[in-house]
Amino acid sequence: MPAIEVILGGAILGGLYALVAIGFNLQFGMARIVNLAYGEFLMGAAFAAFWMFTLASINPILGMVLSVPVTFGANWLVYRVLMTPLVRRARTREQLEGDTILATFGLLFVLRGAATLAFSADNRFYNYLGEPLNIFGFTFAANRVLAFALACVFAVVIFIVLNRTRFGTALRALAIDPVGAELVGIDVRSLSGIAFAGGGALVAAAGTLVSTFLTFNPAIGIEFTMKALVVVIMGGVGNMAGSFIAGLLLGIAESLCSYYVDSGLTLAVAYALFLIVLVVRPRGLFGTP
Amino acid sequence: MAGSVESDEDKQRRRRRAMAAIAALTVIVAVLAAVPWLTSDYGLAFMVNVMCYLVLTVAWALFSGTTRLVSLATSAFFGVGMYTVAMLIKTLPLYATFAVAIGVGAALALVVGVLTLRISGMFFVIFSFGLSEMIRELMVWWEINQTHTMGRYVFVPFDTTLIYEHLLGLVVLVFLVGWQLRRSRLGLALLVIGEDETVARQVGINVPFAKVAIFVVSAMFMSLAGALMAPRFGFINPNFAFNPLVSFQVVIMAFLGGLKRLWGPVLGVIPLIIFSELLQTEFPFWYSVLLGLVFMVIVYFLPDGVTGLLEEFWKALGRPLDLPRGLTGPLLDAWAWLSRPISLPRGIAGAIEERWSKIMPPAKEKR
Repeated sequence: MPAIEVILGGAILGGLYALVAIGFNLQFGMARIVNLAYGEFLMGAAFAAFWMFTLASINPILGMVLSVPVTFGANWLVYRVLMTPLVRRARTREQLEGDTILATFGLLFVLRGAATLAFSADNRFYNYLGEPLNIFGFTFAANRVLAFALACVFAVVIFIVLNRTRFGTALRALAIDPVGAELVGIDVRSLSGIAFAGGGALVAAAGTLVSTFLTFNPAIGIEFTMKALVVVIMGGVGNMAGSFIAGLLLGIAESLCSYYVDSGLTLAVAYALFLIVLVVRPRGLFGTP
Repeated sequence: MAGSVESDEDKQRRRRRAMAAIAALTVIVAVLAAVPWLTSDYGLAFMVNVMCYLVLTVAWALFSGTTRLVSLATSAFFGVGMYTVAMLIKTLPLYATFAVAIGVGAALALVVGVLTLRISGMFFVIFSFGLSEMIRELMVWWEINQTHTMGRYVFVPFDTTLIYEHLLGLVVLVFLVGWQLRRSRLGLALLVIGEDETVARQVGINVPFAKVAIFVVSAMFMSLAGALMAPRFGFINPNFAFNPLVSFQVVIMAFLGGLKRLWGPVLGVIPLIIFSELLQTEFPFWYSVLLGLVFMVIVYFLPDGVTGLLEEFWKALGRPLDLPRGLTGPLLDAWAWLSRPISLPRGIAGAIEERWSKIMPPAKEKR
């Protein structure tokens, strides 16, 4: 009985990883910023949903109407205030990556420390749509299915925006060649800011969804950042479809591992996948050389 | 040096300066070696901390300072060294466990280096970011499911004084290695790689080999430092050994000191350890926030660290004073500035905005 159910459960979790990774890919692939503080915004959104639910009993999905735009704005500010000087200072892409890694590494500790100060390091949990849901004879928790469905909706919206609009075409040009994009009249700086903020908005949505079915504390951010990094590398930098499929793969691998081996080994699974991709296809699963 | 030929006098002067430097360093090391008999227990504990982080930071700078790849894996190697000792202490003599710890650290660095450094710097940084966390996860799983122990005791006759002396020896060794490295073919190759990797490949440097080699060397030092620290704590579990804060502190210390000089880390380690001692006793909850802020200040405003500041200051001291109108000139200027009427045509907000746009000029089309 279990194998197929385990795989489906993994795919449901994987949808969420895919969403997190697509947001990271917007920041890394389009805005060219390696944001190690990425997961901290997920943690922040999770806490926002938690407080809204427990204090004002606001439905977390409705709460996104507030938390997603706020995180969008916060990330835009991070890009304008903190990242722009580094972008201007960097002469090569490698230098920009190095500088942003350092700056966001510091930001990670600031945000995580601030969250610990404000919310304490306790584990938090709230019960939202916890009842079992029966789909094709398999039973899943309703909140997980909802999270998966919403993650898919967000992913589809991103695909449509990227592939069917002028704005999305400009973004893709940015991912392929920033200098060329500037030459054909794309405002690279403001577009990068929007891509970066868009990534932040996606991770806020993901954080809200995570909070409905996982226990969380101020330290969870870093784990999601690591997984997002692994998934983005697996799927290819700048490749959104690749990120989506790689995210699903990671979810399935993790679910299989926690069923057959141990549930404490999630990061080890991510890194094992990462290593396999690294050895077999260093360009990523769907990357072009 | 203008000419390529050195006169005998210059040579002699250089030799004399080298002798003086060696003598001074010997005296410093001798004084440091006597520290356990000079200070209190608290002072000794502080110095053990300083020495431990000096080894880690200089070893970190050996790799990251030259190749410019930020390694966030320090705590992985430190933890591996410490945990190897904790696991083997009951079956092997102490010094044998140290040797095994170095071996395990080197093997780990070799695997990680060969797999990731060959491809691109980015992959390496990502991998190093999660390495320590992944090993911690694996060790917790292993200890719970296979050995059924959570935490191990390290009780050996290896007291703080001995730990300190060993660490001091390791500090001297790592400085010697760093000093020799700057004079070796490998060191020169690494400098070229750090400046421009494409150029390095073009002039025939075996880039992956050079990177992996120095990564392994630096990991061996980190593992040994971890191994030496194991008897200090007595009780060790994976969550304690693989503490991500260690990686972060080492990166901050290295950047605070500055990466241009071999002795840069000294100026980063000591202030940061004093700072963290103060914070952890006075405001334990603010530690992470303030540490992050300090680091961001360094990244943005002090790219060359304290050593960079000191060198600029030294250069400024050597320059002749530039006072064309004598001492009264600047005084008159100051007076003129003070007696100027305050003008805020756009209010206080406008003044702030002007200041800010001077610090961060708004984006302008360059072309």
